[in-house]
Amino acid sequence: MSLNQEVELLRTIPLFAKIEASKLKLLAFTSERLTFEAGQDLCRQGDMGDAMYVIVEGAADVLIDTPKGPLKVAELKKNEFVGEIAILCDVPRTATVTAREKTTTLKITKDLFFRLVQEFPQMAVEIMRELAHRLEMNNLRMRQLQAQQKN
Amino acid sequence: MEKSLFRYVWRHTKPEQFSILLIIVLAQVFYFLSLNIPKTIVNEAIQGRAFEKDAQGRAVAGSTTNFFAIDIPIPGFISDVGSIHIFDGIPLEQVPYLIALSLLFLAMVIINGQFKLNINTMKGRMGERMLRRLRYELFDRVMRFPQGHFRKVKQAEIATMVKDEVEPLGGFIGDAFVQPVFLGGQAATALFFIITQSFWLGMVAVGVLSIQIGIIPKLRKRVLVLGKQRQLTARQLAGRIAEAVDGAADIHANATSNYERADIANRLGRIFLIRFELYKRKFTVKFLNNLLAQTTPFLFYLIGGYLAITGQLDIGGLVAVIAAYKDLPPPIKELIDWDQQRQDVQIKYEQVIEQFTPDAMLDPALQAPLPEPPLKLNGGLMLSGVSAFDEAHKLLDGASFKLDGSSHVALIGPPNGGKEAIALILARLVHPAAGQVKIGDRDLVDLPEIATGARMGYAGADTYLFPVSVRENILYGLKQQEHAPAQYGDEEKGERERYFSESRRAGNPLFDVNAEWIDYQAAGVSGPEEMDKRILDLLPAVELDDDIYRMGLRGTIDPDAQPKTAAAIMQARAELHQRLSDPQIAALIEPFSRDRYVRNMSVAENLLFGTAAEADFAPERLAQNKLVLRVLEDQKLIEEFVEIGRQIAETMVELFADLPPGHPFFEQFSFIAAEDLPEFRVMVARIAGKGGAENISGDDRARLMALAFPYIEARHRLGLVDEALQAKLLKAREALAEALPEGAVEVYDREKYNRAATIQDNILFGRLIYGQAQAAERIGALIGEVLDKLEMRRTVAGVGLDFNVGNAGKRLNAAQRQKIGLVRALVKQPDLLVVNDATAVLDGGAQARLMAAILKLRQGSAVIWALSRPALAQHFDMVLALREGRVIAQGGFEELKKPGSAVADLLAAE
Repeated sequence: MSLNQEVELLRTIPLFAKIEASKLKLLAFTSERLTFEAGQDLCRQGDMGDAMYVIVEGAADVLIDTPKGPLKVAELKKNEFVGEIAILCDVPRTATVTAREKTTTLKITKDLFFRLVQEFPQMAVEIMRELAHRLEMNNLRMRQLQAQQKN
Repeated sequence: MEKSLFRYVWRHTKPEQFSILLIIVLAQVFYFLSLNIPKTIVNEAIQGRAFEKDAQGRAVAGSTTNFFAIDIPIPGFISDVGSIHIFDGIPLEQVPYLIALSLLFLAMVIINGQFKLNINTMKGRMGERMLRRLRYELFDRVMRFPQGHFRKVKQAEIATMVKDEVEPLGGFIGDAFVQPVFLGGQAATALFFIITQSFWLGMVAVGVLSIQIGIIPKLRKRVLVLGKQRQLTARQLAGRIAEAVDGAADIHANATSNYERADIANRLGRIFLIRFELYKRKFTVKFLNNLLAQTTPFLFYLIGGYLAITGQLDIGGLVAVIAAYKDLPPPIKELIDWDQQRQDVQIKYEQVIEQFTPDAMLDPALQAPLPEPPLKLNGGLMLSGVSAFDEAHKLLDGASFKLDGSSHVALIGPPNGGKEAIALILARLVHPAAGQVKIGDRDLVDLPEIATGARMGYAGADTYLFPVSVRENILYGLKQQEHAPAQYGDEEKGERERYFSESRRAGNPLFDVNAEWIDYQAAGVSGPEEMDKRILDLLPAVELDDDIYRMGLRGTIDPDAQPKTAAAIMQARAELHQRLSDPQIAALIEPFSRDRYVRNMSVAENLLFGTAAEADFAPERLAQNKLVLRVLEDQKLIEEFVEIGRQIAETMVELFADLPPGHPFFEQFSFIAAEDLPEFRVMVARIAGKGGAENISGDDRARLMALAFPYIEARHRLGLVDEALQAKLLKAREALAEALPEGAVEVYDREKYNRAATIQDNILFGRLIYGQAQAAERIGALIGEVLDKLEMRRTVAGVGLDFNVGNAGKRLNAAQRQKIGLVRALVKQPDLLVVNDATAVLDGGAQARLMAAILKLRQGSAVIWALSRPALAQHFDMVLALREGRVIAQGGFEELKKPGSAVADLLAAE
């Protein structure tokens, strides 16, 4: 895939929708496109993280280690991003992400991420929206759990 | 060593000095004869005095004289015969006579020249031999320095002394005795002549000379002191510079470079003052010397003139005296120079010798090669009342204990409590000040160093590695003495014999560095091959096998020297490429193929399609390579390259325009450095303005072309190398391959081992595909898998043993160095293994694992291990606890760790 095709592809991802074409080209040129085979890990819980991934193609599972073994907590589809917590908060990876099928990602390093966020507030808003959404999902799940325990 | 240089030189060169003196005397005879010939040529041959003459005074035609008649004159007081006639000579006419005499003159010149050459050669050889002897003796002394002395001396100073400071001695030694005899004789003759002419004038000359001889040495005294200071300060400067180099990291970390500058400048200032003062004084002495030399003729004219006027001396005598005096100052001056040089080198010599004469030097007998294999050291160990000091600090205070010959003993206790001292004493790095150390029934102090070095393995807290291969560093512990002579061809044999006879003359040892020094027998193996196996077997115990295997993958081999290994690697390549049918693996590697463009490789590498053996053909320098540019021109590729360059420039200008200079992206991603970007921006605008690539100027073309070389299609994804261009580049690849000079590039060939590439690249024979997650790890695992299947992992590790560890082992990390130190101690299968906290650089888990593995290897053989963590002592048969230099407890671990005991305290403190 050539750089220009890649820019077109990135433009369809909501996270980057508001970014101008030339910046998107820089993003495409400087960020690595990584392909993961089914079963390969994008990141492992507990490792230090230095990058986030945008899923360009394919799908992945988010798994958390529990005493009973890995527990699947979410699924990632095309256009979704993952791994932002480790680079935002400087904490080890909070979950393991495993490719479910052959998955192509855009790997955005910590440096690039902060640069983008600073330059394109629009992107920050987009990320906040997603994070808020995830928080809401978690709250919902907690309420469900509490309800289950009471019963 | 002799305190006086002269005595030292005389002791070692007596016969040579005599033979040189003899030749000098002989040479004088010929010199005197040659002085006479010009006179004969002018008087007898040219003026024809020896021939019958006609009225005009010309020699009569046909008249002859005898050439080369030999008569020996007999002084009148022996006989009145006048002379003894020996040879009639050959009758010759005038012109042939002239020719014969001239040829004789030429012969004399050559003979005299030959004498001079011989004398100088002999002097030079003698001087060089002495220099060699002296340097060797100094180094020999370094080898015998007591260990403590190394803390006081700086290595740079020792090196300057052996290398530079003794160098002028070599030049002087040839002249040490010959020069004063020769010059003194010359001067004495002239003086004697003057005295015979006139006693009083002779006395004048003697008077002036005695002033010269009396005053000048006094003036010299200060010069000598200064000379001493100059030498000392220069040596210290060398030491300080070495310190600054060694401490570079700390200087930078503390930003003390200016402090260092101040110190060096201060020293240079002192050296300047000393040198300038020296210079001034030297020239003052010279001035005085000349003045005195010039006053003598003044006195001769005055006194001699008066004597002549009053009739006490005839005029002829006065003239002869003045003429003779001309011959007096040069030798005197040279003698004074010689004396100056003598004192200079004497000081240098003394200064050096002083530094090389520490107390308690090792007895040379302890280091002498042993006639028989060293005896075993497995008779147990006994220390009784042993004390040891390090400077004023007490290391050991009357320690006594007894160990049997095969047990594993742990030494524990607080740091510097005595456990380290015992290890150091056993390794003979510290000498006990009191008490006795016995191994078997032998006193350790009397055991030859070679015996303990060969039969004892010692691994200390830091291991020094020499800048050679891993293998040689490991085998270093087996090189106590020569075990088998080197094999030489007939020609080399003669050369080697000459080398040894010269070594003998210079007092150097007759060791042969080319001999087999490695004691395979002591290590229990038959030869190098088995030794490699032994080493590879030991590596897992110290957890170094994986590191060495990786070094092997990065290593190169010469397929001619190791055809088996090369063939095996080719097999691994085939095996790996077979697996490319698996799409998962195919997604990782793009294999090389002569007739395919490799998208994961740069344009330059695609053109070259091989590994550069010469620096000019390295991919990053290809854009400047004339041959490559010519091939591109022939293949009509220049326009394409300029166009690729233009598009790259355009893209870079577009993408990077807003980035601040110094942004990491420039280094990581840009083809153009930040400082060059504005220039390219202007260039791109200019080209766009001119309406296309056709009108680009020559200079711009070259700069744009250079951008095309590092472009990698798969990585940069600008879509610049399409199928048509790929085809043209492949043709250029072929054309370049044909034009390449022999040996410049090792071209990729599917069926051939590439000697310039690493083993890993040889197996891979392709490029990793960009954008595959963990591609390097996955390929690494795959290569490991292939090598395991072919049972070749050890072969590759064997290549890893060739890895050069760099200066002081700096290419390895501290843990790797320590592990090599342990293997060095283990490989000789010592009777006694002494480990002095050698694993402290490793993490706790690794320490315990290594210890367990080593103790297992050493089952049935003695081990003494100074441990920093007392808990590890539980794996040993016996534990010795030391504190403040005394043994505070001895016994089994279980017994000693009972509550309230000393060991329990140590364990609690951990």
